[in-house]
Amino acid sequence: MTRKMQKWLLAPYSVWAFLFMIVPLIFVAYYALTDNDYNFTFENIRKFFVTTSSVTNDAGQVSEVHTYILIFLRSLKLAVISTIVCLLLGYPMAYIISQSSPRAQKIFITVIMIPMWMNFLIRTYAWMTILQDTGILNGFLGLLSLRPVHIIGTEGAVVIGMVYDYIPYMIMPIYSVLAKLDPKLTEAARDLGCNSVGVFKRVVLPLSLSGVVSGITMVLIPSISTFYISQKLGNGKFYLIGDAIEGQYVANNLHFAAAIALILMIILLAGMAVMQHFADIERKLEA
Amino acid sequence: MKKIIELKNVSKAFDGETVLDNINLDIYDNEFLTLLGPSGCGKTTTLRLIGGFETPDQGDVIFMGEKINDVPPHKRNVNTVFQRYALFPHLNVFDNVAFPLKERGLPKAEIEEKVNEMLSLVALSSFAKRSVTKLSGGQQQRVAIARALVGQPKVLLLDEPLAALDLKLRKDMQQELKKIQKATGITFVFVTHDQEEALSMSDTVVVMSEGKIQQIGTPIDIYNEPENAFVADFIGESNILDGVMLEDYKVRFSGRTFKCVDFGFEKKESVDVVIRPEDVDIVPEQEDLLSGVVTSVTFMGVNYEIIVDIKGFKWMIQTTDFVDVDEHISLKIDPDAIHVMHKSEYSGLYGDYSSFSNEFDELEEIDESEDGE
Repeated sequence: MTRKMQKWLLAPYSVWAFLFMIVPLIFVAYYALTDNDYNFTFENIRKFFVTTSSVTNDAGQVSEVHTYILIFLRSLKLAVISTIVCLLLGYPMAYIISQSSPRAQKIFITVIMIPMWMNFLIRTYAWMTILQDTGILNGFLGLLSLRPVHIIGTEGAVVIGMVYDYIPYMIMPIYSVLAKLDPKLTEAARDLGCNSVGVFKRVVLPLSLSGVVSGITMVLIPSISTFYISQKLGNGKFYLIGDAIEGQYVANNLHFAAAIALILMIILLAGMAVMQHFADIERKLEA
Repeated sequence: MKKIIELKNVSKAFDGETVLDNINLDIYDNEFLTLLGPSGCGKTTTLRLIGGFETPDQGDVIFMGEKINDVPPHKRNVNTVFQRYALFPHLNVFDNVAFPLKERGLPKAEIEEKVNEMLSLVALSSFAKRSVTKLSGGQQQRVAIARALVGQPKVLLLDEPLAALDLKLRKDMQQELKKIQKATGITFVFVTHDQEEALSMSDTVVVMSEGKIQQIGTPIDIYNEPENAFVADFIGESNILDGVMLEDYKVRFSGRTFKCVDFGFEKKESVDVVIRPEDVDIVPEQEDLLSGVVTSVTFMGVNYEIIVDIKGFKWMIQTTDFVDVDEHISLKIDPDAIHVMHKSEYSGLYGDYSSFSNEFDELEEIDESEDGE
């Protein structure tokens, strides 16, 4: 096939990518930087950083806070916690799957994928019925004559929901890297004097870092901008940046919603760039 | 000579299929020993037993007088050069070679000194900072050897290390490996299915087939005095004929009686007779000699390979004299060209060239180098 033909065959995809990926981004930026009359303005961006509101803490003290920065930091905190939990649970899971027989691997992967075929809202509702004060979990604890736990409406519940939703995105990229790892490399490491810990630390982990980085990316980004989970499992107490965008959109403040989305995107891009930079440095140090 | 490794009555099966059947093998200090055999003969499994990647179902693996059946690989004073090198792709040449030394926690200066010494031994000093993924096959091979040798093991195991290299490079590496073995004085256990490689490099060749050792000996012994039809056929080319040992130094085959140098057989014992294609002289047809008709002639460069039909048995003969197809010729066979063997389970399976074709042989070789057991 000639290069020219390849180009033509790729054309439909290029058009598709332009229409559904580039154009929407342009619109987001356009809305973010215009007012209701579509005049150019930085007002929406400014609003994100300067809007304040009063909050009352548990002790009854009232304080002024930067509303959206607070919401953003809260989103970031929950997303980071969820990502760490996903990594701590997902890596061993991915490792175990990659070490099992080909048949077992297929079964494991299917089991992990099945929940993803169900609607996201239904999965969230399922967690509500499990975690409620009178829900399945507490019913079960009651059967064991243990004290009931209060989870729903806490940050913990939001994290559980996020981890459940996003852990497949952590497991899959790590698994696919580990499954491709040449078993001869671990044999070579053992041959050269490594015990199991050494094999993992010096060969398996460094060679699976690319999977870890894409896993972190694929979990952190959607979980930072998630909404709805916090509304349902957090009883609306933990208003997240995704909820804020949705709220402004529903309230017909399209321009401000777009501005929040744009700022979030830029912060995430910057974060990714920093992470990539450190990954590169690490690779260079290793070499 | 000191024994370093002993395999005693070792058997191993995978999924009920016997891979090694009662192997007994002694490996001595400072020798270059080659395990030779077709794929599936158990040579790689033998190597993995010594390396510690497999444990025997029966029998013992003894290392310097100590039973090591269950000692894990990282606690054995043995290193392996893997078939496809198994270099660590995230480390450069230097760090690959330094890998075992860092695991031992040696001081940095010492590591540097030892690694540089190894790199110069394999002529890769200027490649220390290069990524191993950017090296040619031959260079990767050298890194693998340096990495396996840097920890100064008592024994180096090499699992078909040259199989992935092209012919020219393979020949160079054979020389180089031999040189490295001499220079370091480390025992090499080398696995290959290439008989030429085995003969040219080894002090001792161990011929294996179907999980059993067929013969252990020097390359010259193995070639000149094969133990049975399998060894005779696998090492070089052989015409193997049904014969009867009439008495010491007298053997009968193809309807004629020949003088030979073999003795110690029972009277009238039926035997296998090996005659190497290069040991036969071709002469114009004569009444008192074995005679037949030429059925094919192939020019091989150094000589012709001709197939001669003698009473329905096809002989292969290598000669520098040109003969034509359909020519009638006779064979002159000297007593020392004849090698007599006891009958074995392999009798009658090999040594007739009726279905011979060079092309077929080559195809088979490619298959073997690809499956890697």
